[in-house]
Amino acid sequence: MEHIRLPKVDNVRLLDRISPRRNRVGTLYLTATHTIFVENEAGVRNETWVLHSLVCSLEKQAATASGSSLLIHCKNFQVLNFVIPRERECHDVHLSLQRLSQPERPDELYCFSYKPNIDAEERRPEWDFLDLRADYRRMGLPNSLWKLSSVNQHYKLSDTYPADLFVPESATPLVIVGSSKFRSRGRFPTLSYYSKENHAAICRSSQPLSGFSARCLEDEQMLEAILRSNPHSDFMYVVDTRPKLNAIANRAAGKGYENEDNYSNIKFQFIGIENIHVMRNSQQKMMEVCELRSPSMSDFLEGLESSGWLKHIKAVLDAGIFIAVAEEGVSVLVHCSDGWDRTAQVCSVACVLLDPHYRTLRGFMVLIEKDWISFGHKFSHRCNHLQGDPKEVSPVIDQFLECVWQLMEQFPCAFEFNARFLITIHSHIYSCQYGNFIGNNQRERTELGLREKTHSLWSYLWMNRADYINPLYRPDHSQTQGLLRPSTAPYCFKFWRALYNRFDRGMHPRQSVEDYLSAIQEETQQLKEQLASHKQKIAQLEQAQEWSVPQKAVPFDKSPTGWTFCNDLANTPQDYTGGFFTSSPCQPRAPITLQTEESNKTSKSILSNGSDQESGIADVSCRSPLSEDSTRDPDSDEATYSAS
Amino acid sequence: MEFSEYIKTANVEDVVLRQPLHPPGRGTLCITGHHLLFSDREEGSCRQVLLLLRNIDAIEKSVENLLTCYGLFSNAGLSQRLSGSSGTITIKCKDLRVLQLDIPGMEECLNIARSIETLSCLDSMSELYPFFYRPSNASLRDQWGLSSLERHYSQMKELHDRWRLSTVNRDFSVCPSYPQAVIVPKSTDDDMLEKVAKFRQGGRFPVLCYYHKKNGMVIMRSSQPLTGANRKRCREDEQLLQAVIDGSDKGYIIDTRSSQQALQARMTGGGLESKSCYSSWKRLQRQMERGKALQESLIKLVEACGDDSNNMDRWLSKLENSKWLSHVQTALSTAGLLAECVERDGHSVLVHGSEGTDSTLLISTLAQLIMDPSCRTLEGFLTLLEREWVQAGHPFQQRCAHSAHSHARLQQESPVFLLLLDCVWQLWGQFPLALGFSEALLLRLATEAYASDYGTFLGNNQQERCALGVKENTHCLFQALLRPRERDCYSNPLYEHTELAIWPSVHPQSLQLWRGFFLRWTPQIHHLEEAQEEIRNMVIEWGKLALSSCPAST
Repeated sequence: MEHIRLPKVDNVRLLDRISPRRNRVGTLYLTATHTIFVENEAGVRNETWVLHSLVCSLEKQAATASGSSLLIHCKNFQVLNFVIPRERECHDVHLSLQRLSQPERPDELYCFSYKPNIDAEERRPEWDFLDLRADYRRMGLPNSLWKLSSVNQHYKLSDTYPADLFVPESATPLVIVGSSKFRSRGRFPTLSYYSKENHAAICRSSQPLSGFSARCLEDEQMLEAILRSNPHSDFMYVVDTRPKLNAIANRAAGKGYENEDNYSNIKFQFIGIENIHVMRNSQQKMMEVCELRSPSMSDFLEGLESSGWLKHIKAVLDAGIFIAVAEEGVSVLVHCSDGWDRTAQVCSVACVLLDPHYRTLRGFMVLIEKDWISFGHKFSHRCNHLQGDPKEVSPVIDQFLECVWQLMEQFPCAFEFNARFLITIHSHIYSCQYGNFIGNNQRERTELGLREKTHSLWSYLWMNRADYINPLYRPDHSQTQGLLRPSTAPYCFKFWRALYNRFDRGMHPRQSVEDYLSAIQEETQQLKEQLASHKQKIAQLEQAQEWSVPQKAVPFDKSPTGWTFCNDLANTPQDYTGGFFTSSPCQPRAPITLQTEESNKTSKSILSNGSDQESGIADVSCRSPLSEDSTRDPDSDEATYSAS
Repeated sequence: MEFSEYIKTANVEDVVLRQPLHPPGRGTLCITGHHLLFSDREEGSCRQVLLLLRNIDAIEKSVENLLTCYGLFSNAGLSQRLSGSSGTITIKCKDLRVLQLDIPGMEECLNIARSIETLSCLDSMSELYPFFYRPSNASLRDQWGLSSLERHYSQMKELHDRWRLSTVNRDFSVCPSYPQAVIVPKSTDDDMLEKVAKFRQGGRFPVLCYYHKKNGMVIMRSSQPLTGANRKRCREDEQLLQAVIDGSDKGYIIDTRSSQQALQARMTGGGLESKSCYSSWKRLQRQMERGKALQESLIKLVEACGDDSNNMDRWLSKLENSKWLSHVQTALSTAGLLAECVERDGHSVLVHGSEGTDSTLLISTLAQLIMDPSCRTLEGFLTLLEREWVQAGHPFQQRCAHSAHSHARLQQESPVFLLLLDCVWQLWGQFPLALGFSEALLLRLATEAYASDYGTFLGNNQQERCALGVKENTHCLFQALLRPRERDCYSNPLYEHTELAIWPSVHPQSLQLWRGFFLRWTPQIHHLEEAQEEIRNMVIEWGKLALSSCPAST
């Protein structure tokens, strides 16, 4: 690879953020796709893999006597601090990584080199796994009120919209084209969700080009047609998700919002969700707080407050609730400026609240495919997949995933999937390992030939769904039914430690209720089957009147199988002392619990890789990680989940 | 006892009760010496609400005189006019519940309010409800309490070499807040103990509270030494502590005050163990909030939870400002330090603050939970609380007289026990399989400490309980919690024994607001309770199948 100036550096130190006791020394390798740190300790093969596409920023700090420090921030919130002995080497690693982590052309993206030797024919079932038309059929569409329109075939009307769009039956092509000309980027009002029970629809669009006084008859007719598609309601809501001031400011640029006087029977509503720049800064501030070395409780809470992050999450959820509640009878048109950020958030949150189907594993994937991918959320720009404008980057989808997580915390039995599912989706949105989140819209994705050349995350997740099932979910539970009515009192919002401090393993609960329950659930299932088959056999035996052979069951071990309890527990004391013990004249003897941890490390890392260090590099680039396991350090607590 | 003089109006009809999580109900209100009883008379329902008056922290009353309306009918008699008036009483409970009663009749309303005010804070302990509570399923002759220090000592065979049981305090004359029996080093005789007691505040001389079987190290606790401004010494105190570390190179003293506070205490006769006199002990100062500051912290937090402005910034700043979570963090990290000294560093530790009845007990209890698996079962935990809080003389009567809603002037109130329960809940959240009891137990204890049918938390120490005849005349909460039906509800279905220490994370990100307690009366909690129910059912189903699939082995 021409970008790798230095493939290997020895004697590199990986600093632990919390405790200097856990600093590690090893060798750093740069491959075409990953940075790999291999710890040198006799008998230990402990590796840390970081995908280049996950690297978010690199900071080279001034050289000191012990070496030059390179700080790597990743998009999945991993932070790595390497100290490289020689300034020169650090410089080379820095430059190489800078280039490797910022591809200039789409074909350099990791998804095109990930498991490449599979032809399009074999990839097809992966991509056919989710079918948006099937989801619209599930909603009962097309029907007498809504039709599938071909106006946007070949992306002629709006190049950021999908080809297949549902519009009111009464909307003529003329009306659609007229309305489209009156909307930013041609994104005319179109259907996002339809409730077959009460005929109410959630529609989405971009802002109208109304300026101070402009009108558009076709656009007014378009809204009229949407209103009439809901026979039970004599008005509809138009929701502008922006703060009112922002919307007014847009009028000066010839854009703006709907005038209630020009549109018949609409109720217009502003919902102040801030723009992508505010959100980007907010997340950055929050991450600074998360990365403080040993903050006091007050530092943390003050920082969290001043970042404003939870306030923004609450705003998105509040907006989703407004729409979901309105949707119990009244149709809603949602827009923001371009209709691909806040609009996507709000429509998808409303769908999660409204429809239990979107709270299932498959339904949730369909929802992201529909409201985010197909409607043109600009993943490439927002996630900075390619070298681009830093002002376009924004954690809009992070906020959606977090809203869902906040809902899961309030309704532990309502979702078929668990938080690990959300976190896995989050990291693959940024990893570029799968083709799903490449490009900014359907047109770009078709041009890139992603379906032919890359793999789909959805079928990967589905194949591994056992890892992502919430054991508390039951389709017949009361929390599972109908509309979710969450509270958005401020105290209901929590900080999402499992995502933002994901790699600080000392912070997480040491035992997982969920894994325990999953193990129990699996075993319960097996036992039920066993019991059923025994009963059947008994019945057969009775029939054959062979009473002399009693059934004997397998002796039962009363601990869930494959569940590694001791490993989870083997934690070490936290830093309660403020450095007291390390400076104390009486150095602690090798502690019992610490040893347990070390020995775990050893055994696990032996399992993790069989190849030797030298051949490691060549080996490594083709031995592409199957899952995100690669990006985490093999001795982390999470690793035990996959081992079990 | 004559309570009737406090009850002018015992019954009122047609009262509307509003309470969290329930629709309002109309019915009859009845006040007795210890209870407020409301029975719903609505068609088809027969709901009853029985509230212990002791549970009421504060009441607010507002009366509305409707005379203006009735003024038109000038011939209406006085009684009629009064009945046209009405009043509202808002009742704020120590378990943080807030109830509202709409009472027809101003006079009735004022009478009821007056009765509640008087009867909810009776001074005389012997008038309290535990002395009247006679459940049908228990007898006063049942065993009272779970264990005693005598039994504890006799069970701990490892102790017998170097430690002895002393009954120097058998008549509570040496230390009024200690139990009759204590465990001390074998080499110290009772005369020495009496001298040491004079050198420690409130007579709380160093006693053993925990013995770590893995390495023979111990946790001792006491109150501060009374060195005073002229730095008095006490040879016997020094000898006692020397006897504790006997053989090993040194011990630690964890003082739960800042260095400055400890030095200042000399001015009022207290003090600290100086380096020169206690050369083999290393002092660590770890400031923990206590007393009034802790009570104010609770008041602020409860106030923040009740704020319905729906503003995120305001909530986070109020949460921060209450400092409650900072106190949780400090308590857990000091307990972590204590456990680290004993388990990892292999040294004995003496813990004290000033009086040795609050933060001292808090961290010694938490450290035992961290290190000792036998405290983590349901019985083990209750026994630990009995030994380390009830018998060790945490002044429950003073500390839990009022909770967060009270307008009364603060005296000795301080939610140290509640802070303990919060910290235990944090442990439970981080190690959901390692503790044998459920969140419901912690909630129950948080309620019972403030207002109870049982005698367990009555009084400030064993001496007071003996004088009142608590053992003879009341029922024991801990025993009641271990009855089969309660046991089902208060045990953790996921519990699996582990020998390992459970080191809590004390990062701010790892500590959470105890929603189950502080937001207990909000509807959101219901969904979380359903989840707990679901977990219990899953484990039960699994257990049943597991049993039925191996009939041969049972």
